[in-house]
Amino acid sequence: MYRYDEFDYDFVQQRVAQFGDQVERRIEGDLTEDQFKPLRLMNGLYLQLHAYMLRVAIPYGTFNSAQMRKLAHIARKYDRGYGHFTTRQNIQYNWPVLKDVPTILKELAEVEMHAIQTSGNCIRNTTSDQYAGAAADEIEDPRVYCEIIRQWSSLHPEFTFLPRKFKVAVTGATTDRAAIRVHDIGLAIVKNDDGEVGFEVHVGGGQGRTPMIGKVVREFLPKEHLLSYLEAILRVYNQIGRRDNKYKARIKILVHETGIDEIRRLVEEEWNRIKDTALNLPLEEVDRINDYFAPPAFETLDATSRSFEVKRFEDRGFATWVRANVVAHKKPGYAIANISLKPEGEAPGDITDDQMEVVADLAEKYSFDEIRATHEQNLVLPHVKLDDLYDVFLGLQEAGLATGNLGLISDMIVCPGLDYCALANARSIPVAQAISKRFADIERQYDIGELKLKISGCINACGHHHVGHIGILGVDRKGEEYYQITLGGNANENAAIGKIIGPSFAYDKIVDAVETVVNTYLEIRDSAEESFLDAYNRVGMAPFKERLYA
Amino acid sequence: MSLQIMTANRLLGGGVVYLGENQEWTDHFAAAKAVEDNDGAEALLAEAEKAEANQLIVGPYLIKVERSDTGLQPLSVKEGIRAKGPTVEYGHGSKANSLGQAKE
Repeated sequence: MYRYDEFDYDFVQQRVAQFGDQVERRIEGDLTEDQFKPLRLMNGLYLQLHAYMLRVAIPYGTFNSAQMRKLAHIARKYDRGYGHFTTRQNIQYNWPVLKDVPTILKELAEVEMHAIQTSGNCIRNTTSDQYAGAAADEIEDPRVYCEIIRQWSSLHPEFTFLPRKFKVAVTGATTDRAAIRVHDIGLAIVKNDDGEVGFEVHVGGGQGRTPMIGKVVREFLPKEHLLSYLEAILRVYNQIGRRDNKYKARIKILVHETGIDEIRRLVEEEWNRIKDTALNLPLEEVDRINDYFAPPAFETLDATSRSFEVKRFEDRGFATWVRANVVAHKKPGYAIANISLKPEGEAPGDITDDQMEVVADLAEKYSFDEIRATHEQNLVLPHVKLDDLYDVFLGLQEAGLATGNLGLISDMIVCPGLDYCALANARSIPVAQAISKRFADIERQYDIGELKLKISGCINACGHHHVGHIGILGVDRKGEEYYQITLGGNANENAAIGKIIGPSFAYDKIVDAVETVVNTYLEIRDSAEESFLDAYNRVGMAPFKERLYA
Repeated sequence: MSLQIMTANRLLGGGVVYLGENQEWTDHFAAAKAVEDNDGAEALLAEAEKAEANQLIVGPYLIKVERSDTGLQPLSVKEGIRAKGPTVEYGHGSKANSLGQAKE
């Protein structure tokens, strides 16, 4: 588990005190909004459409029940009784008032949490695989390296004012569940031909108005050189990345305009200069941090559980939930339990204070006190005994958290859209709710199979529409909300940017359009085993376009 | 020139406000003072600047509106949502939300 050391404790306390003083000075009029805005953004505080919004960091999506209870308390005491999990594995509160924010930060610090690196043109909170430490296909636990990156990047003086924000994601598994190829830097833990473990380094991925898949800048980086290599990339970007136009300031534009070969040359040149300096990672330090993430005290169990199988047979609801939401664990007799925050007709990613308390209790009792937030806006109990799964299910069911739709069409990534966001052009949440209701029949969802639908309310693409198998982008047409559909996007190890199918659809037509796309897939697939994405990749855009615009 | 009103967010609470007939900042869109000439718009801007300097509001700007039988109406979807709040229920019916707290 991520933990403060005395350095973190001191600097978070200092930051809380500083921000309290800054808020006071703002309220007293000693700071103008222009002066205050960069300060509040450095502490995760935005001003949105209706209110302030506070984004709290959950480093690499790993947290515990005490932290979840604190998040519930904050939702209850300082907000409107709920929080919203985001695509950055963070949580947002949509209604805090300015004067309360320093107190909220003080309360967060009590459980080793903060809002640092959740905003601004700095290296943001590093994200990772939500199944880290539990996945059967994992080479090494990526959180160890996320934590090393966190320690290196927090308040890094050289990289506090980058041309734009900078996002790093790390995966330690062969299946990419962290979307690393659409990050500024994506790190995949790999083994080379000699069996040594290191990183494949991707650079220049991203979404937004210019979506790009990251390019491999180095196929194998020995582990001890992680920080020096990252520093070399950041230094090249910081020095020659564009600052004249915010829409061209991300590293993806630099990589695209300069070419990956030249970027590689510049990075390697800088890296060769600095790689044997203090940035060289001592292996004993890696081991020390590795201890933070030591596996919990798993019991030696049989790979199967009779009580689990019996309950699965007896309770159809449980069987359905297990089918979609439960994933194999690396340890026999254990499972990974996903908690969908996409119940039918609700706002994706939202969770009430009471539900947070339930998840905290279940984590404490059944999952070694561990919870994960996913970039797909769900939660995970990573280490649950098969014997305990039914009790977990019943607890979730009572709290309205047992929707068994993981990876299905109703498990959408959805940005807050125009209902909350000052940048949005169109609403996202009501579109998601309508789609979720249209496809409410879970058997129909299973028949459709794996389908990643992602919705963004503007071209900033916070809803990851570019990498949705079906992507929906809200656009403004003369003051009206319209929605463009893209097909064929993918966020995993075969990452791809979706292609626009044609003219956009009005608000009251977009759900029908999605249904037409889905029905077309059902008609053209060569078998029930062929997924939406496979079918699209086989037949291309034409049949979908034909049906949609007939 | 089209009909315009002045809007902003409150500094302390962040809630949406409008400049009313008597230079007061109101939560109610319908109570906003509408102007349709440059002088009127300049007066609204001057009032907003004063309120900003006095730490009452943040980020003021003029928005276009129209007058209907039922009163002023925003022209854009965005301003309609700002005026009325999110169009969706949130927090899966959380208790605090169901209490119907005010924007502030």
